[in-house]
Amino acid sequence: MRTLLEFEKPIAELEAKLEDMKKLASENNVDVSSAVRNLTNSIEELRKETFTNLTRWQRVQLSRHPDRPYSLDYIQMMCEEFHEIHGDRNVGDDPAIVGGFGNIDGQTVMIIGQQKGRKTKERQYRNFGMPNPEGYRKALRLMHMAEKFDIPVVTLIDTPGAFPGLEAEERGQGEAIARNIKEMMTLKVPVICVVIGEGASGGALGIGIGDRVLMMENSWYSVISPENCSTILWRSWDFKEQAADALKLTAEDMKGFGLVDGIIPEPRGGAHLDFEKAGETLKKTILSEIKTLAKQKPSDRIDARIDKFCSMGVVVE
Amino acid sequence: MSWFQRKAKGINTPTELKREAPDGLWHQCSECKQVMHTREHKNNAYTCLHCNYHDKIGSEAYFKILFDEGEYQELDSEMRSADPLEFVDTKAYPERIVTTEKKSGLKDAVRTAHGNMHGKKITISCMDFGFIGGSMGSVVGEKIARGMDHALKTKTPFLMISKSGGARMMEAGYSLMQMAKTSAKIAQLDEAKVPYISLMTDPTTGGVTASFAMLGDFNISEPGALIGFAGPRIIKETIGKDLPKGFQTAEFVQDHGFLDFIVDRKDLKDKLASLLNMIKK
Ligand SMILES: [Zn+2]
Repeated sequence: MRTLLEFEKPIAELEAKLEDMKKLASENNVDVSSAVRNLTNSIEELRKETFTNLTRWQRVQLSRHPDRPYSLDYIQMMCEEFHEIHGDRNVGDDPAIVGGFGNIDGQTVMIIGQQKGRKTKERQYRNFGMPNPEGYRKALRLMHMAEKFDIPVVTLIDTPGAFPGLEAEERGQGEAIARNIKEMMTLKVPVICVVIGEGASGGALGIGIGDRVLMMENSWYSVISPENCSTILWRSWDFKEQAADALKLTAEDMKGFGLVDGIIPEPRGGAHLDFEKAGETLKKTILSEIKTLAKQKPSDRIDARIDKFCSMGVVVE
Repeated sequence: MSWFQRKAKGINTPTELKREAPDGLWHQCSECKQVMHTREHKNNAYTCLHCNYHDKIGSEAYFKILFDEGEYQELDSEMRSADPLEFVDTKAYPERIVTTEKKSGLKDAVRTAHGNMHGKKITISCMDFGFIGGSMGSVVGEKIARGMDHALKTKTPFLMISKSGGARMMEAGYSLMQMAKTSAKIAQLDEAKVPYISLMTDPTTGGVTASFAMLGDFNISEPGALIGFAGPRIIKETIGKDLPKGFQTAEFVQDHGFLDFIVDRKDLKDKLASLLNMIKK
């Protein structure tokens, strides 16, 4: 069963009409090929119109689309083999972050991703993609292991934020994120980070320091979600669309500011409409980035990584 | 001090006394409501002589307390916020900046200075809560990074005094990346073996906690300070229950293993100087 966003509905209606037309034609054995062609063209036109003029809020909605591929979907699509590795060797295993060694076209990578669930029970199990400190500490443990074996790190970011819970505070959510940010700066292996869905604040940045930080076309990345921004600045949930515009949180915005390094295109209409194609594009991008980064000396990569983040910011002097 | 305490105990109605006293002569503790001389309160590093309540103070007061003779050289004192996103909510961001500048007399939410502490060189960045809740935008990140650069260049210790509600929303993505920038600089301090002390004061939350504040060689605090990643209100909403007493206080954070020690502000300078002396090369 597909889930339809408001702006996807007119297209879906035309698609349903097209299906009906084809069915009717085959049942009654009449030739409707020119009508089918016309309708197919209109659908393509409407799709083009809708998806080349998406508002920022619509991008946010797409980034959270319940049918959108999640980290494990991409891992499954990209890797011939994947060995998931659990636990932070300290407190427990956080299902909101998954990680392990995978094999992409013969290239071994350490893939770490924030994981959301699709059905109610799984959503709860994955804590809606909101990691606890154990998740960040597991991620760091795996990154250090990758460093030991000289294997590149790939992180997939998709979180509405680090979990704001009581135990998370007790176990040092702030410290866990801070440590990851610092330690990722000096990892000796290539690090590629991709925002595949939601990139909310410190919870995203906690696995977001890389030689390349990329965003999928319909993802968002900012310091706060539009809803929370609206609640704080407008004192109401209702200004989320304005907040999304004010925050300038899309891939295009962030690339324009030089705060991310690139945008990975999605199939028209969003990654959820064509998993295979989205996975293939991501895979090709990761492999080509690894190839480029592998040419650099580790110390040069680290220097460039640090310089890149240190140059971010605009001030008046 | 003992003279004053005796005297204070004899006073039945502090408010009456306040009315009689010339303006600014008396300080009433906002915690225990006891009254003391403003001068004595100041000499006690703005902490209560009766209940040890630590008043919230700004960068100027910390610099005066920590630097010898209260003398220091400020760095990047003219740096101000730009408006790279042309951010408008109920008010345009530049308007907010101007209003806050006028109200606080500050240029942004952090000041950096270097000078001597018991005769030894030190660089200090100190946040001001009075400037948009001590929020971190590009200026805060850049000034801290440059302060750390100064410490790197001079191979002298760096002290960060945090006091912040977290990120500055009006700088969105730029604000977020200040967490990365400051943490990158700390990685360089590590490499250069330059001591980094992080003092978290009331309150230290959000992106500040999740970056430079929690990355000290020494993570320390003042008694009773609120320290956390998520704010108490958000956590309460998330779990749907009242929070336990003392949750997210400095004492709580120390009990859970994330603070090295808690120090009274009046002892801060001596303790830090002594500690830094022990680890100096
Ligand atoms: Zn008191």
